Amino acid sequence: MGRGSARTRLVALAAVVGLGLTACGGGNISDTKTTSGGTSCGDLRIAVNPWTGYVSNAHVIGQIAKEKLGCNVTYPDVKEEVGWQGMASGDIDTIVENWGHADLVKKYIDEQKSVEDAGLTGNEGLIGWFVPQWMADKYPDILDWHNLNKYASMFKTSESGGQGQLLDGDPSYVTNDEALVKNLHLNYKVVVGGSEAALLTSFKSAEKNKTPLLAYFYTPQWYAEVDGASTPGVKDPIQIAHVKLPKWTPGCDDDAAKVACDYPPYHLNKLISTKFADSGSPAVALIKNFNWTNEDQNTVSSYIGQDGMSPDDAAQKWIDANPDKVAAWLKGTGVS
Amino acid sequence: MTAVDTLEAPPPPEASAPKEEQPYVDPRKPRRTGLKLLGVLIVWLVLFFSLKNKMTKAMGIQDTTELHRKLNDARDWVQLHGGDNWFFGSVLGTIGDFSNWVVQQLQKLISIPAFPRPTPEIGWLGVVALVAWITYVLAGLRSTILVTISMLLFGVFGLWPDSMDLLIVTIVSVVICIIIGLPIGIGMARNKTTSTVITPILDIMQTMPPFCYLAPMALFFGIGPSAAVVLTIIYALPPIVRITEHAIKSVSPTTIEAARSMGLTKMQMLRQVQLPMARRTIVVGINQCTMAALSMATIAALVNGPGLGKPVVAALQIENVGAASVAGLAIVLMAIMLDRTTTAASERAASGQSQVASTSGMGVMLAGVALERLPRWATEEAGRGQHLPRLTRSGRALVMGVLLIPVVFCLWLSRLQLDYAIFPNVDNTPVLKWISGANLTNAINDFTNWLIDHIDTFTIGLKNDVTTWLINPLQNLLAESPWWVMALVLLAVAYVLGGWRPLIPTVICEAVIYGTGLWNDAMVTLAMTLLATALVMLLAVWLGVTMGRSRQADVVIRPVLDAFQVIPPFVYLVPALALFQPSRFTAIVAAVAYAFPIATKLVADGIRGVAPTTVEAARASGSTRRQMILKVQLPMARESLVLATNQGLLYVLSMVVIGGMVGGGSLGYIVVSGFSQQQLFGKGLAAGVAIAALGVMLDRIARYAAARAGR
Repeated sequence: MGRGSARTRLVALAAVVGLGLTACGGGNISDTKTTSGGTSCGDLRIAVNPWTGYVSNAHVIGQIAKEKLGCNVTYPDVKEEVGWQGMASGDIDTIVENWGHADLVKKYIDEQKSVEDAGLTGNEGLIGWFVPQWMADKYPDILDWHNLNKYASMFKTSESGGQGQLLDGDPSYVTNDEALVKNLHLNYKVVVGGSEAALLTSFKSAEKNKTPLLAYFYTPQWYAEVDGASTPGVKDPIQIAHVKLPKWTPGCDDDAAKVACDYPPYHLNKLISTKFADSGSPAVALIKNFNWTNEDQNTVSSYIGQDGMSPDDAAQKWIDANPDKVAAWLKGTGVS
Repeated sequence: MTAVDTLEAPPPPEASAPKEEQPYVDPRKPRRTGLKLLGVLIVWLVLFFSLKNKMTKAMGIQDTTELHRKLNDARDWVQLHGGDNWFFGSVLGTIGDFSNWVVQQLQKLISIPAFPRPTPEIGWLGVVALVAWITYVLAGLRSTILVTISMLLFGVFGLWPDSMDLLIVTIVSVVICIIIGLPIGIGMARNKTTSTVITPILDIMQTMPPFCYLAPMALFFGIGPSAAVVLTIIYALPPIVRITEHAIKSVSPTTIEAARSMGLTKMQMLRQVQLPMARRTIVVGINQCTMAALSMATIAALVNGPGLGKPVVAALQIENVGAASVAGLAIVLMAIMLDRTTTAASERAASGQSQVASTSGMGVMLAGVALERLPRWATEEAGRGQHLPRLTRSGRALVMGVLLIPVVFCLWLSRLQLDYAIFPNVDNTPVLKWISGANLTNAINDFTNWLIDHIDTFTIGLKNDVTTWLINPLQNLLAESPWWVMALVLLAVAYVLGGWRPLIPTVICEAVIYGTGLWNDAMVTLAMTLLATALVMLLAVWLGVTMGRSRQADVVIRPVLDAFQVIPPFVYLVPALALFQPSRFTAIVAAVAYAFPIATKLVADGIRGVAPTTVEAARASGSTRRQMILKVQLPMARESLVLATNQGLLYVLSMVVIGGMVGGGSLGYIVVSGFSQQQLFGKGLAAGVAIAALGVMLDRIARYAAARAGR
């Protein structure tokens, strides 16, 4: 035992010396300032949904709230429905990129009045069916849904039981695909991949091996060049093409079981809980003011997804480069 | 020496083969199980081909039954009126707020800035020193070194705050488990009725995949630390209760008798005889409980539970396998650190007894708990033999007290200096940068991409072949037979394998599955489960025999198995997706990767447990290597093989939900959808119940089959 304890002391000593080496010149904590900001902001809990574009919105707003308004920002990771539920129960203050969800709007905004609309994010969302660009080049008419049945046998996989495969994403995503396949009489079977990662992996491998793939996907999406559009600065983007379904008209997708038209154009918006809206926090104005373009979002997303920056660092890099936009969002918060 | 102790094993078969059950059969007569199974198969095939696709109870993903909609309504009611209800509002609300508060205070202490300070109250240096000291007091020097290195690596990986969060959630959950679990376990050991009532509840807690109660817990406790703690407790409580019960029950009856003859009261008996004698096994229970709690890390992240699960989930969203692996590695380190420390502590609690370690591992959904013996080289006392403490009690206290001085110094330093408070970034530090999080992430990503580029055409071909020749036929047979044919087939198989006794549980479980309205999906899941289990056993026998026969192989393979048991399955999902595309085969691969370690270890233990004299005798009579394995070692280890199959089955089943996320479909996918789409909440809950019923049914059949095989 005696020998043991001497050894321990040696270990402790070695550890301390090691630390000295790794961390030369430490600053004294009492010298460093805590986060700045004059107004009392308190807590801000921004829900984070599982896709990278969302993370960009959340952290840009969060970083500004933290640095300029002095809020104590946290990022609960939740799926979309759980986020709504969290706003109703008071666990979450805001959702900063919402994709429609008419049923939830009715339940929480119209009936319960526990959630409020906080305006558009400025991002235009597109949901639809996509094929890898090489297929669009080789079979140009595949981009019209009328011709999908002609190519169904190409999309056959081990999972689709003789029909063509339509690959879907995370089960929480907004989707009408089962109904679409049925109502458009397509010889396809919806197979569920399960996540954004599954979709990305599938598109990547389809592009590399030149294998056929028809899948549900969405933009803004920093990773993807849609219909030949370019994404400057992105290494190895995936190139995909949008398959046109029957044109969307208002009301054509009201009955979920009878949908036979494309997804509507999404004007993505923000939501705040009623409780938070009434709290008088300066962050309320910031969230309502927040508005940017798809390019802005893709820029931040590529910092995160491609350059491997932490979401906070990525957001800060964009904030530093765009002081004008940030200043506009801060109007009405009492801080400039 | 049998190397596997089974708790909760069915009663010894010799004693329970009463004549009235099998009146005309001589127990020694061969049972012709194979022949009977063949008969069942033939009848089944005839019915299958004549009644194909009729009465299969198949149902579309968006279709719901009355039961599912009622569950949705219940959810809506809780959401709207829960706050005013005494139970949901006051009882659950208070529990939730309290655990949130506790976790947050601890976070401010070691992981998040304690406003207005820019850092936690205690910085990393202080935490490392304190934890090292505690480990030294509880466990010993080897454990202290291991723990210190692990803690420093959390920082080097750049995951210090998340690691501390996981430590907090784990410790809070385990402490609550001990407070609740010990009294229940003791009660079960002392009172047979309590035991009979609670055992099935524990079975359900262990077979129900955690995903199934994710949505209700988020509903009751809100998202955040409290839901994470409750989830973790539900999952981690059964092992500690079961092992406590077992520990108290296995105190030698002669000792009890002796104590009783001295006139001890019941309370004295418990405090002075049973608890001290059972202490060591109870510590093993705490170890099991800790491992189970850790394995919930990634799942708790889905309801915003703090901890290392968060970086894993976040990294997978951006397909960053490297970052997910590094976070996964940190979870593995945390598991090894806590496992070895609690094991060492249990050795200390009673040194000199045999070295039993836990089956660590993610899905401790063992309906009977299997304990695994650690090889000697992995224990605290490795190779040093017995030695008596050289210090007296007070001398030891003095040494520990003196050691506190540097600890306090480190604490003070970590409150004062920023670099000792927040772990510095080591990306540019010489030497350390090689093992920094960023560097490891890149290395792992490069390797994964290289691997996928080179073998994905082969693996996709493999997937297609296996799907065409194995998965599809089996699934068609199970899922396209009418439901009542399947119900009868399962009963017949249960009878042939396990006799009369599994019949009642099988009927009950079938009724439950039928009641959930998801019979067809359950059969698809069953087909995949059976296939995955078969693959697990192939792999387990091959590796297990190698390990059992060679110590060198054991030394090499065992750490790999350990790592596979603890690393969160989410981590290998993305590479598996790239290699096999979203498919049922991918789900099976994930399940096999998850279940083969435990099965392999059990097989290896069985092979090692074959009496050396028998092996020697067989060798003397000139057996070849092949004969030795096939005719001597495997048949003699039959009991272990059946146990391994049982465990393999349950582990595979616990991966059904994760399989649902990579294209596995059926019950697992319904559970995941139920968590994501409000109109499927009830259906997801029902699917969770169906999975649990499937698990209990398979477990009962396998257990009674094991009891027979032991004859």
